[in-house]
Amino acid sequence: MKLDSMKRSIKLFLPAFRRQQDPSQGRLYRYMFNYGRLWKSAVMLTGLCAIIPLLLVTWVDYNVTQRAVESESLARTSRTVSNAKRTIAAFLAKRKASLVYIVNDNTYDRLLDSGRLATILENLRLSIGGVTDIGVIDGVGQQVAYSGPYSLEGRDYSDQQWFEEAMDRGFFISEVFMGFRNAPHFVIAVRHEAPDRSFFVLRISIDTGRLNEQLSGFELSDQGNAFIINTKGILQTPSRGHEKIFEKINFPVPVYSDKTEVVQYHTTAEGDYILGYAYIPDSPFILMIVNKTGELMRSWHRTRIEMLAYLLGGIVIVLIAVTGFATYFVNRIYVADQRRIRSLHQVEYANKLASIGRLAAGVAHEINNPLAVINEKAGLIKDIFQLTDRYAGDEKLLGLVDAINESVARCGRITKQLLSFARHMDFSVQPVDIKAVISDVVGFLGKEAEYRNIAITIDVPPDIPQFETDRGKLQQILLNLINNAFAALSEGGALTITAARVNGKTLRIRVKDTGCGISAKDIKRIFEPFFSTKANTGGTGLGLSITYSLVQELGGAIDVESEVGVGTQFTITLPLTPPTRNRGENQ
Amino acid sequence: MRLLLVDDEKDFVATLAERLALRNIEADWATSAKEAEDLIQTNHYDLVVLDIKMPQMGGRQLKQIIEKRLPGVKTIYLTGHGSEEDYRAGVVEAEYYLLKPINIDDLIAKINQALSR
Repeated sequence: MKLDSMKRSIKLFLPAFRRQQDPSQGRLYRYMFNYGRLWKSAVMLTGLCAIIPLLLVTWVDYNVTQRAVESESLARTSRTVSNAKRTIAAFLAKRKASLVYIVNDNTYDRLLDSGRLATILENLRLSIGGVTDIGVIDGVGQQVAYSGPYSLEGRDYSDQQWFEEAMDRGFFISEVFMGFRNAPHFVIAVRHEAPDRSFFVLRISIDTGRLNEQLSGFELSDQGNAFIINTKGILQTPSRGHEKIFEKINFPVPVYSDKTEVVQYHTTAEGDYILGYAYIPDSPFILMIVNKTGELMRSWHRTRIEMLAYLLGGIVIVLIAVTGFATYFVNRIYVADQRRIRSLHQVEYANKLASIGRLAAGVAHEINNPLAVINEKAGLIKDIFQLTDRYAGDEKLLGLVDAINESVARCGRITKQLLSFARHMDFSVQPVDIKAVISDVVGFLGKEAEYRNIAITIDVPPDIPQFETDRGKLQQILLNLINNAFAALSEGGALTITAARVNGKTLRIRVKDTGCGISAKDIKRIFEPFFSTKANTGGTGLGLSITYSLVQELGGAIDVESEVGVGTQFTITLPLTPPTRNRGENQ
Repeated sequence: MRLLLVDDEKDFVATLAERLALRNIEADWATSAKEAEDLIQTNHYDLVVLDIKMPQMGGRQLKQIIEKRLPGVKTIYLTGHGSEEDYRAGVVEAEYYLLKPINIDDLIAKINQALSR
């Protein structure tokens, strides 16, 4: 029950052309478009025309935005690296400057004083921090003074590379190493001229903790990673990634550049990275900042989802609009097409009736003449019997002549009916006697009624006046209805045609049969064009729809009541005064 | 009372004339307009019964010729059919427009009515 009402409400929204019947049924459908296909191609074409530019624009926008976000994240990495490089360089320079200050502020001899060296170490710890120890190495690599937690005085550094480099270049910054101190540290050494014109080196070792602090202070994204490597790719500071300090990083050492560089690379294990690096000047350090591309592009992912949502929304709106328009227009075409075919067939039908009329008239005319001859000849025979006494009183022959005359009269009646019918086939408004019209129409079917044993009752009261109407159309209406009734009637049925005057101004004609009746489902659609229960037997489904429009053209109305198995009654009401002229003009 | 019957169907018109004669109605007959024209030159008729459709000249044209020669003559059209136009015009022009075949008594009745108008 619920399902039924749901189905019904869905049907309300279905466009009318969807109710188009199966084209294989009924011969008229081949004249009509395939509206389903028409609708589909309209939706496809307009939909594609609207959606393709939308997709293109979104695609272009997508790429442009992606590229912008990418270059923005590269630039951001580059900025961070550049700042970090300056910070680290400044960090190292500050420590180097401190040493330069110390060697200039203190004579070589003063530096050899262990108390003085301890004070300097203390001061360094207070000012720059992280200094583990301090030592003075003479020109041949012998540590001549030392202050710090270890006992390293007298150590010989002459064969060490750092010493040579410090002596050559004037200063030296080491890589991070464990050394004797067993903690990651690096050393800074500066060379100075001693009073005896020889050189000595002042050297401090610095805990990498300070360096690590510097690195962790940079503003990085969540997954970002800042660390320092040496030129061999060995980690100098802890990395937030997997490698520990002194491990080799799992990507190649970037080529030297004196500027900040940003590169993108891909690892199968961890995906896309953006890598920024800078060689720290005058040191073995390479500063590196690594960001996962995905992290940097997170804002882009949000934008991307928004973009896709807008695209989807746009497509949905386009599809709704396109479907709506297509449905509306195809429906209009469907309705117009139906109207076209209906009028086409109405014309064809009228033409057919007119040709039948002309044919009937021609036949009647041709038959009437020989009939008249037979009539006169037989009449003369009878006259001779009756009016002269030559053959008087031959009852047998008289009977034969009477039989001939009777048959001739019958033929005459038929041809006269045909003529009268044909004569009014294509006629305009004229005074009409309803009883005569009904008799004319019924006269055609009288023989069939007799054969099929159908009782026809015509009841027209004498008070109905002649009235102005289109006799041809009225004939067609009655012929259609009576034909329909005959189709519904089985042997022994009854057909009743009654006319009555209602309210003085209206004529009511009823055509009632005791036929098979029409089901409640069909009766709603019975006046629709192309609706036929006889589609398989060659019905066009136009008879009643034409009848309907003919009645309308005469300014009247038609109604139907029916019960299955009991019978059907058509009621036509017609005005007894002529309808307004323009009603019939579209015929 | 004298009638002229014009119809291209000789069997019909001759028999009809004979039957009328049996009823003491004097009727001449012609099977074409031309014969009819000859007849009206020499005879006077009170009423003409004309077929509408005939070869060469139809009844309606013939009626005009006869009326010129015999003013006041009554006319009855008796035809197999005639076109729609003929029917409408015939009803107006003539006293009666009758369809074949017709019962002779009906015809005589119409003739009498036409003459008494």
